[in-house]
Amino acid sequence: MGLFDKFKNISTSIAVLEDKCSAFFHIVVEDLLSSTEAVIDGRKVILAGTNNYLGLPLRQECIKAACDAIQREGTGTTGSRMANGTYSSHIEFEKDLSDFFGRSTTIVFTTGYSANLAMLSTLVGPRDTVLLDADCHASIYDGCRLGGVQVFRFHHNDVEDLEKRLKRLKSQDGEVLIVVEGLYSMLGDRAPLADIVALKEKYHAYLLVDEAHSLGVLGEKGRGLAEEAGVEAEVDFIVGTFSKSLGSVGGFCTSNHEELEIIRYASRPYVFTASSSPANIAAAKAALSIIRSEPQLRVRLWENATALYGRLKDMGFKVGPEPSPIIPVRCDRIEEAFRIWNGLLENGVYVNMVLPPATPDGTALLRCSLSAAHSRQQVEKIAQAFGAVQSPV
Amino acid sequence: MKADKVVLEKIVEILQPHVSGGVEITPAMDIESDLAIDSLKSMEILANLEDAFDLSIPINVLSEVRTVEDLAIQVQKLIEA
Repeated sequence: MGLFDKFKNISTSIAVLEDKCSAFFHIVVEDLLSSTEAVIDGRKVILAGTNNYLGLPLRQECIKAACDAIQREGTGTTGSRMANGTYSSHIEFEKDLSDFFGRSTTIVFTTGYSANLAMLSTLVGPRDTVLLDADCHASIYDGCRLGGVQVFRFHHNDVEDLEKRLKRLKSQDGEVLIVVEGLYSMLGDRAPLADIVALKEKYHAYLLVDEAHSLGVLGEKGRGLAEEAGVEAEVDFIVGTFSKSLGSVGGFCTSNHEELEIIRYASRPYVFTASSSPANIAAAKAALSIIRSEPQLRVRLWENATALYGRLKDMGFKVGPEPSPIIPVRCDRIEEAFRIWNGLLENGVYVNMVLPPATPDGTALLRCSLSAAHSRQQVEKIAQAFGAVQSPV
Repeated sequence: MKADKVVLEKIVEILQPHVSGGVEITPAMDIESDLAIDSLKSMEILANLEDAFDLSIPINVLSEVRTVEDLAIQVQKLIEA
């Protein structure tokens, strides 16, 4: 019995995939040509699976801010936020985020993953209860597991199912935290947040919303689903990432509970990791400033998203439940997903391929994500590539 | 602790549609290796069990479960709590 024997099933699955869809394991961006184009395997492709919703990683303001920060503060902090790794730029950006969200307190974490890991492992403990949407991100599940809180799942976006589970909990001790996402990363649909807020109030629970995919994407000011749904005051904690709309690396939690500050001292994923690099903080700060000053980026993103969603739907593809910058195309058979994904690449389009068990309902997904940086012509080329690989009816 | 017969039978009934090839489920079977039920499907089955027994079953119990009987024991503990 060897150390690696437990991975036998994974090895077998990889071997099957290698045989049928070898390119899947060899996606390397050899040359990044723009926010929406790259050279992969020697071929120029349109990038339609990058979560780069606003095209900010290559904006000159962000690049310059990152370069200046490196010149000024170096390439890394070499320490935890609790030791030598808190620079004035971390504090300033926490203030920026508090101001943007209209909240009293913000903590910046090193990644979006560690933001969820830190919050879910620390905010609630073994006496408490988390009710989470079944489609929540792995970082939320992992945080719950690390802290040992009792976890119950409710069916994805099913408010009745959530209430059924809240009713059953009535006699339990401890606090209840409901966890949902603004935009779900696989299906691209929104949480029914106003209804969830009503239940949170009715059952005296707390509510945490992960706006990883909705920051800069939803809401008049880009603050996410809570803003769009008009329920910001009722959402206790907003968690987010810098690695999507903000085009950097990092994460945060913001709240009007001033006691949030205590998490810094109690959270292992905050204490025992190096802080974000000065370049990452500077780039995210510059990107947030752009999100605040250029609402037209969101308008362009949604025009692109709505156009592609409509084109794919009209062609008969099984798209997600609503138009969104995340557009999943469902394939009932994995072999069909391989064929279309390979065909898209040959036609100069890269999308994500997500296979079970990572998909919500066991089907294979071809996941497109749109950007404000895509031109109308590129959106049309993506649609045409799908058309070219469509199975004859 | 041994699993209650009624609880065990109900669990087998709920697991059966998730098992392919007409396999007859026995208490000693390993849910993952013998029944080919992965972690995601296990969590869905747990939700079905919650409804069947009108009970709150945290997904944390899955770390204590390998066999069908283990699952029945965990459910029984929660019923008796």
